[in-house]
Amino acid sequence: MRRLSLSRLQTCVIVTLAGVLCSEPAEAHLNSTGMGPIYDGLMHFLMTPEDLVPALALALLAGLRGAAYGRHASFTLPVAWLVGSLFGLTAAATTGSAVLSSLWFLLLGGLVIADAKLPLSAMTALAALFGLVHGYLNGTGMGQSGFAVVALLGLTSGVFVLIVLAAAFVVQLRAQWARIAVRVAGSWIAASGLLMLGWSFRGS
Amino acid sequence: MRMARRHRWAQGMALLVAIHWAQNAFAHVQQGGAAGFLTGFFHPISGLDHVLAMVAVGLWGAQLGAPAIWVLPVAFPLVMAMGGMLGLIGVPVPGIEYGIAASAILLGAAVLFEVRASIVVTALLVGVFAIFHGHAHGTELPPGQSALLYSMGFVIATGCLHALGIGIGAVHRWTWGQNLLRAAGAVVAVGGVFFMWKALA
Repeated sequence: MRRLSLSRLQTCVIVTLAGVLCSEPAEAHLNSTGMGPIYDGLMHFLMTPEDLVPALALALLAGLRGAAYGRHASFTLPVAWLVGSLFGLTAAATTGSAVLSSLWFLLLGGLVIADAKLPLSAMTALAALFGLVHGYLNGTGMGQSGFAVVALLGLTSGVFVLIVLAAAFVVQLRAQWARIAVRVAGSWIAASGLLMLGWSFRGS
Repeated sequence: MRMARRHRWAQGMALLVAIHWAQNAFAHVQQGGAAGFLTGFFHPISGLDHVLAMVAVGLWGAQLGAPAIWVLPVAFPLVMAMGGMLGLIGVPVPGIEYGIAASAILLGAAVLFEVRASIVVTALLVGVFAIFHGHAHGTELPPGQSALLYSMGFVIATGCLHALGIGIGAVHRWTWGQNLLRAAGAVVAVGGVFFMWKALA
């Protein structure tokens, strides 16, 4: 009995060791796998606060106004972003303007603070303008290879997922304190934009 | 024989524990983005003068109730960022250290005496103090770090301190809680007196 249990233990240890030693590298880093250009585009959006935070502010604003606004923004923003970035691919390379990013922070954060009751058409136009401008800036930085178009699809998917999730989350908030918390988040976004504007002026 | 088996068992277990206890390698140098956010986030938390005033804003808001409870946390970061912007573009604000110490004294006193001013006066008072805090702390970005992430970390940490004050202020519904809040206001005011004394010394 003891010999049997010892043998089982040895087998377990050998199997564990074999499993540990035979394991493949995790390939968790983008630079080792590439993860495909579509993921590169997605990660670019998620790791660029200049794009991510104003898009989040737009989603919060749309969510505060209700489901119809959220639906319009969810489709207008990604489409405009994709169109803008495709135009950007054909343009000469430009660098993004920190002042412009700061102004988007201020505008969208300010509208969230005020819980601005924009008409649906104005919200849609705002989403389209924001998507076109930021998409264009993204496109100019992507180069002109075939991979860039695929990366832009990944990036646009990221925009879509973010705005759908964030707007849907805010739409279902009914408690007064929860809606105020969203407006407080807007004030943080606007305040960050204001400080960023100061940094831009100091840098130039 | 039994000893040998135990020995092997112990060896096997030690090996397994060693394998599974392995820590992350941390082979990557922390880049500007993460460092900028963390520096900004920890900056207001690391200064007691800032912490006292921010928490006092939350406590006072909780005592006053709506609409102050949400107007103050919305107004403060914005005006504080304006103060930071003034500092960044080189507009001097005189007596910053005195202003910061005075903010702790007056906000602490407001909590201590449960001062009930109109929302406009309350927001103006808090806003004026926010300029001092923003001017002093918002401009201290270490070189090589992301200004945007530093700013976001700074603003979010300040907001969290307000939220902490509001959370503590939730005890205001009970009599013992009201007394506790007043005591907390007294502590903030005493802290402010200490910082004023340091500034004057």
